[in-house]
Amino acid sequence: MPEGKWSEVGLQPEALEFEAAGVRYEYERVAALQGLSLEVRAGERIALLGANGSGKSTLLRLMDGLHFACAGTLRFRGAALTEAAMEDDEFALGFRRRVGMVFQNPDIQLFNPTVFDEVAFGPLQLGWPREEILERVHGTLEWIGAEHLKDRAPYRLSGGEKKRVALASVIVLDPDVLLLDEPTASLDPRSQSQVIELLESWNDGQKTVITATHQLEILGEISGRAIVLEQGAVVADATPAEVLANAELLESANLIHSHRHLHGGVPHKHPSPYLRHEHHKH
Amino acid sequence: MSAGVIAKTVRGFTGALAQTLVAESSAHEHGLLQGLDPRVKLVGMLGLVVAAALSRKLVVMAALFGLGLVLAVASRLSLWSLAKRVWLVAFGFTFMIAAPALFLTPGEAVYRLPVGSLAITAQGMRSALVLVARVETAVTLSTLLVLTTPWMHLLKALRTLMVPVEVIILLAMTHRYVVLLTETANAMFESRRSRMVGRLNGHEQRRLMVNTGGVLLSKTLEMGNQVFLAMQARGFRGEVRLLTDFRMRGWDYVAICGFAAAATAAVVAGR
Repeated sequence: MPEGKWSEVGLQPEALEFEAAGVRYEYERVAALQGLSLEVRAGERIALLGANGSGKSTLLRLMDGLHFACAGTLRFRGAALTEAAMEDDEFALGFRRRVGMVFQNPDIQLFNPTVFDEVAFGPLQLGWPREEILERVHGTLEWIGAEHLKDRAPYRLSGGEKKRVALASVIVLDPDVLLLDEPTASLDPRSQSQVIELLESWNDGQKTVITATHQLEILGEISGRAIVLEQGAVVADATPAEVLANAELLESANLIHSHRHLHGGVPHKHPSPYLRHEHHKH
Repeated sequence: MSAGVIAKTVRGFTGALAQTLVAESSAHEHGLLQGLDPRVKLVGMLGLVVAAALSRKLVVMAALFGLGLVLAVASRLSLWSLAKRVWLVAFGFTFMIAAPALFLTPGEAVYRLPVGSLAITAQGMRSALVLVARVETAVTLSTLLVLTTPWMHLLKALRTLMVPVEVIILLAMTHRYVVLLTETANAMFESRRSRMVGRLNGHEQRRLMVNTGGVLLSKTLEMGNQVFLAMQARGFRGEVRLLTDFRMRGWDYVAICGFAAAATAAVVAGR
């Protein structure tokens, strides 16, 4: 595969989308990812699990071509994601068309004067025709149930609305791969389920979706494969059910914790409620 | 000044900034300047600002300032709001710079201070007045441009004038995170208040201010980086793209001729 070119075979079911081999990334000499290797295939819905600082967000940023590996290689459809490749306009815009990312903090991502402008921002950057942009933006706003918010300033929206608009601002591009960084973090239960329902309904689950989260309760709904990261490396790669059943793994990855409490004045210890098949008698 | 007053001021500032810069409420009014092509407005206002800067005569600056007032009213901008947010602030800063000239410029003494041998001279007063008038006029005209033009339109107009992409990126990012930054400053201030018991002495207050400033600076850098990444992630490459293309109409040609005539007349008369 020539440098700076990718194959379109990613559109075929189970074709290789991302391929990471021995990836290392450092923030000011502190390793955030070290020797990370994994493969992502088209149509997969993957959950990246890990405690704070485990490297989930960093990996997403590398996959979105925002940061670049210090060592090892990360490829998208066979093309290496390097700084030099992303400096090429044709490569970068083609990549942005195919891979979208929703950031953890919607305040960072929502920077336009109105919700409409926000959703139209991506298509405008990619140079789509005006009529197509208008049609797509209206359609996407309707899909997230935010048509009535189109003239509002994004900074005035509620947390749940901001998250939905942030999602719409990426979904409008109809990317083949969607990267989500903690999509339901700090949302109330209703907003959380709204966001999950939107993700489930998006293109009937046919696209590749990679979600970084440490919320085990949404794992089954958002993924068919769970990758657990610990100190910047993959420590488990299995189905959500297998991961959720492995208390030792979840505890070592800091995703659950045993806690003590009192029952009738007797000190008492049991694991997290997220563990499946956990029968706990009081 | 009490902490409550400061907190209220910071909150008020944040709200005003958000409303003015982000919501762009005044830029969408149906006024004179809002109806002009952004490129015409940019070039025209720039010409008037340069004329104000070159002028040495108070009467010329007053005329340009008067023109600014007429344009503000015709563009449905509140003069009271301009006075509070622009003229007062510009006057305060400029007067601090101009004040020494009142005493240091040699000339005929018009008022002698009761203490010491310092005197305000007529020439000093004129120098200070010219500086204040020049700044007030330039700031008013620049503010009119910003308030009556959506930010992205302004950036695109700058690009058409061959302003480098790097400068456009810098301006775009600054606009993006300025509200986030003021909100952060507000939150930090409130958080500090919630943990403070009793009063701090002057030394402790200064130390706290310096520390807060340092943290805010670090957050600014981090936030700037985050915003830029979010923009890049959706394909931003420095070029400003809009749904509407700029198109010159008859009224725009009249306006550019009017701006050119006013600026030329001001430069000639102000020499």
